[in-house]
Amino acid sequence: MATTSKLPLKDGLEGFTSDWSSDQRAFKGVPWGKAMMWIFLLSDTFIFSCFLISYMTARWSTVEPWPNTSEVFSLSVAGVSVPLLLIAIMTFILITSSGTMAMAVRSGYQKKRKQAAALLFLTGILGMSFVGMQAFEWTKLISEGIRPWENPFGARQFGSVFFMVTGFHGIHVSFGVIFLFLTARKVLRGDYDTGRRGFFTWQKGRYEIIETLGLYWHFVDLVWVFIFAFFYLW
Amino acid sequence: MAQDGQEHPISTYLAVWILLFVLSACSYAVDYIGFQGITRWSLVILFMFLKAYFICAVFMHMVWERMALVLALFIPTFAIVVFVGIMGFESDYTQLGRKVFFDTGKPPTVYAVPHSNSHDEGQEEEDSH
Repeated sequence: MATTSKLPLKDGLEGFTSDWSSDQRAFKGVPWGKAMMWIFLLSDTFIFSCFLISYMTARWSTVEPWPNTSEVFSLSVAGVSVPLLLIAIMTFILITSSGTMAMAVRSGYQKKRKQAAALLFLTGILGMSFVGMQAFEWTKLISEGIRPWENPFGARQFGSVFFMVTGFHGIHVSFGVIFLFLTARKVLRGDYDTGRRGFFTWQKGRYEIIETLGLYWHFVDLVWVFIFAFFYLW
Repeated sequence: MAQDGQEHPISTYLAVWILLFVLSACSYAVDYIGFQGITRWSLVILFMFLKAYFICAVFMHMVWERMALVLALFIPTFAIVVFVGIMGFESDYTQLGRKVFFDTGKPPTVYAVPHSNSHDEGQEEEDSH
């Protein structure tokens, strides 16, 4: 039997609008903002997948040797070169920031205003230090002669892929940091207790916003897991 | 569930946090020890997917969400697997073409060694792939 309706179905353009605007919900028990963030993250997954797949294609199709990432990204500490040291520190920082973000969501739902704001602020600081280290890494590689169009250590595609993938991820982290600080300020001011409206919207702010922001932040961490595995370790 | 948002005990988050640290250390150890070949790739992939699973499941609260949402997000990612397969074939074929048509017969280009000008020969010798 076809989908039933208590109201008579309309035809034509009127039917089209009434069908699409009928009160149907697929994602029950989820705030709309969170569902929309998930949809956005799915689309972002496809963007990062396209980048990583183009990296795979470039690497598999080149006839020149791919540089040994273990050596290219090594950092010398007290005269001893440690492979991937900076990348490992960056990974641990990002995981730590994910942990503080998860706890900020929890504090938010418990209406612990100051604790949530402090945890959001801490997450933002950790994110900033991640971007700072990435800037340091870029500076180091650029000074060694790696460019998007050339690379003295092997295949030229290495430079293009490196700057594109880590740059796009770094942009994501940077935007996340901006929104973390904005949200921390709003939480501290009590916007989500008083239901003060945001500057983008007529919707009243609620603590769910922290969870939505948290999804974005964890996603950035998730993408780094894949970049770490495929670009740095492979 | 989830009507009023996701709220879970702090011990769950801490456990996953520590687990992610351990898994990251494991994948870093794969490089540090210097595994090569199939051992390296399978370990890297294994730790990567475990980390991705725990971030999605606990930090992003996937295990507590309704199946309608979980499947809406999970099923489309299979298109990525298909795309990986297509481009894998494509890159293989491109490389073959380059080898056949662009091989000049000259000796291979000699590339610089990373950090060779900064003089630190402490790095372990491993015959790279």
